[in-house]
Amino acid sequence: MANESKQTADAALLGRLKEKAAWVWRETLKIHGTAPETRVASSLSPVEILTTLYYGNVLRFDPRNPQWEGRDRFIASKGHGCVSIYPILADVGFIGREELAGVCKAGSRLGGIPDANIPGIETTNGSLGHGLGVACGMALALKQKRSDAFVYVVVGDGELCEGSVWEAVMFAGQQGLNNLVLIADCNGVAMLDYCRNIINLDPLDRKLREFQWDAVTVDGHDIAAVYQALTNCRRAGATRPQAIVARTIKGRGVPQLENNALCHVKTLNQEQVAAAIGGQR
Amino acid sequence: MNPPQSMTMRDVFLGRLYAALKEGEKVFIVTDDFGAPTLDKIRSEFKDRFVNVGIAEQNAVNVATGLALEGFTAYAYGIAGFMTMRCYEQIRTNLSMAAQLRPLNVNIVGVGAGFSYDVSGPSHHCLEDITLMRLLPNMEVLSPGDWVTASRFAERSLRVNKPKYIRLDSKPVPQIYAEDAAVNLEDGFHELAQGGGTCVVATGFMMQVARRALAQATGPVGLVDLFSFKPLDGERLFGVLKKYRQIVTVEEGFIHRGGLDALIVGLLAKGGAAIPVRALGVDDRFIYDVGNRSLLHKLAGMDEESILQAIAKANAA
Repeated sequence: MANESKQTADAALLGRLKEKAAWVWRETLKIHGTAPETRVASSLSPVEILTTLYYGNVLRFDPRNPQWEGRDRFIASKGHGCVSIYPILADVGFIGREELAGVCKAGSRLGGIPDANIPGIETTNGSLGHGLGVACGMALALKQKRSDAFVYVVVGDGELCEGSVWEAVMFAGQQGLNNLVLIADCNGVAMLDYCRNIINLDPLDRKLREFQWDAVTVDGHDIAAVYQALTNCRRAGATRPQAIVARTIKGRGVPQLENNALCHVKTLNQEQVAAAIGGQR
Repeated sequence: MNPPQSMTMRDVFLGRLYAALKEGEKVFIVTDDFGAPTLDKIRSEFKDRFVNVGIAEQNAVNVATGLALEGFTAYAYGIAGFMTMRCYEQIRTNLSMAAQLRPLNVNIVGVGAGFSYDVSGPSHHCLEDITLMRLLPNMEVLSPGDWVTASRFAERSLRVNKPKYIRLDSKPVPQIYAEDAAVNLEDGFHELAQGGGTCVVATGFMMQVARRALAQATGPVGLVDLFSFKPLDGERLFGVLKKYRQIVTVEEGFIHRGGLDALIVGLLAKGGAAIPVRALGVDDRFIYDVGNRSLLHKLAGMDEESILQAIAKANAA
C-alpha cells in the first residue's frame, strides 16, 4: 500500500515535471524571440535537467534568501547554454517574471549568459571550464562545515575539452567529494562540428569511473530517467562524486536546429520561434 | 633596531598562517604541490585545512575560489610565475570579476618573484607578474621587500576580505624595517630616505639591492619602498616624488610594459609634473644566461653599479 501511494506520488510528480519542462522550453524560445543574441540551441538541451533540479525536489533553495546557508549550490558552468534557467528563476521567485521580456536589453540584469549578479546564480559564467573546479572548492568547504548541502554543476560536452575540467575531475575523485554532482549535458555538438569529430570522449561515464566517480548515462530528455539519476546521487552510502552523463539533443524540438552541426550559432527569427512553439514538440 | 635578521618571506608568511590555524581561524591552504618547512608543519597538524591539488594551478585557483565563496580565507600557494600566468584566466574570472559582486578572500601567494630562481632559467624567472596583476580590477597586489613587510601582509591577508596577489622572494632576505616600525600599508609605499635631486623607487627584492647601492652613493639620494601596487595612495606618493628632479625606478620585471615604471610615469603625468623617469629592469628579452642573481642583474643593467650610474647620470642631466 505504501509502495502504491509512493508510485502514485512519483507518477504525479513526473507528470508535473513534464508539463514544467514543456513550459520552460516554450519560455526559452520566447526569450530567444526577443533576444536573438541568446544561444538557443545550447539552451534547449538542458531543459529537462534544469526543470528536474528545480521542480523535482532535488535542489534545496530559498528564493527569499538566495544565499541561505543550507541551500544546495548550483553552478551553470555552460553559462551560454543555460538561458533556460531564466524562466525557472522567475517562476520560483528569484527574479521578477516581468524581467524575462528584458533579457539582453539595456538596464536588465539578465544578459546572454547568467552571471552572479542575478539572485540564485552563484558564479560568473561564460568562460568554460571553471565551474567544476569552483564546485570542488565549495564541496570541500561544505564537508569542512559539516553541512549536508550538495553542489550541482552542469557542464557541456564541448566544455569537456578544457584541461581545467579534468584537473577538477581528478581532484574530486581523489578527495571523495560525495556531495558533488556533475551533470554533463552531452548534446554532441560544439561550435564548429560534432564533438566526436573534435575530441571524442565516448564513453564518458567509463572515463569518469576510472577517475573514481560514480557515473551513469541517461537520456537527458527522459524526465523519469533524469529524476531517478538525480535523486540517486543523494543516496546514503555513496562515497564518490556523482556524475550523470545526459545524452541530449542540441536545439531539441526545433527542426531547423536539431541534427545541425552548426546550430550553436544559429538564430531563429520571431516567425520561426512562433512556428516552433506552435508545432509539435 | 637590533642587528638585522635574515629570514625567508615564505616561512614568515606561512608561520603567521600556522598561528592563525592554531587560533581557530577559518583558513584553507591550497598548494600546487609546492612546499616549505612551515607548510610541512601545517599539513601534519591541520590535515583537513591543507589540500594539495597536484601540479594544477588552474584547479588550485578554482578550488580556492569555491572555499572562499563558502566563507574560508583561502590561500593558493605556489611558484610565482606559474601561480599567476598558468591560471591567469581563472584569476580574472573567478577572483577579479567575482570580487566586484561579493567579498572573496583568496590570496594568491607566489614564491620566487623576479630572479629568485636565478639558475633555473627563464621559465622560472617571473618578470611579468606585477604588470599582469595590477591590470586586474578588485585585486590587491603586494610586493614586500623584506620579511617584516611580508609578515604584515600575512596579517592583512587574514583581515582584508578581497582577492590578493602576494609576491614573495624565495631566498632569505635581511629585514629593512624594525618589527614594530610604523608603516602604513594603505599608503602602499614608505619613504626610507630623502634628499638630493634623485629619488630611487624600488619594489620587492630590488629594495635590498637599492639599499646596498645607496649605501655607496656619494651624496643624499631619496629612497621609496613601493611595497603595494594596490592599495596605493597615489596622491601621497606624488607629493613625495614631486620634490625631485629625477626618478629612478628599479624592478625585477620587464620595463616599459606596465610595471613599476609605468605606475610612476602615470602618477607624474596625472599630477602634471614633468619629471624624467629612468627605468631599470629587464628590457624586452628573456635571459638564458646561467649565473647567480647578481650576474643576472648585471646583465640586465640593474645591479648596484647600474643603479649608481643611473643616479649619477640623472644628477648630471
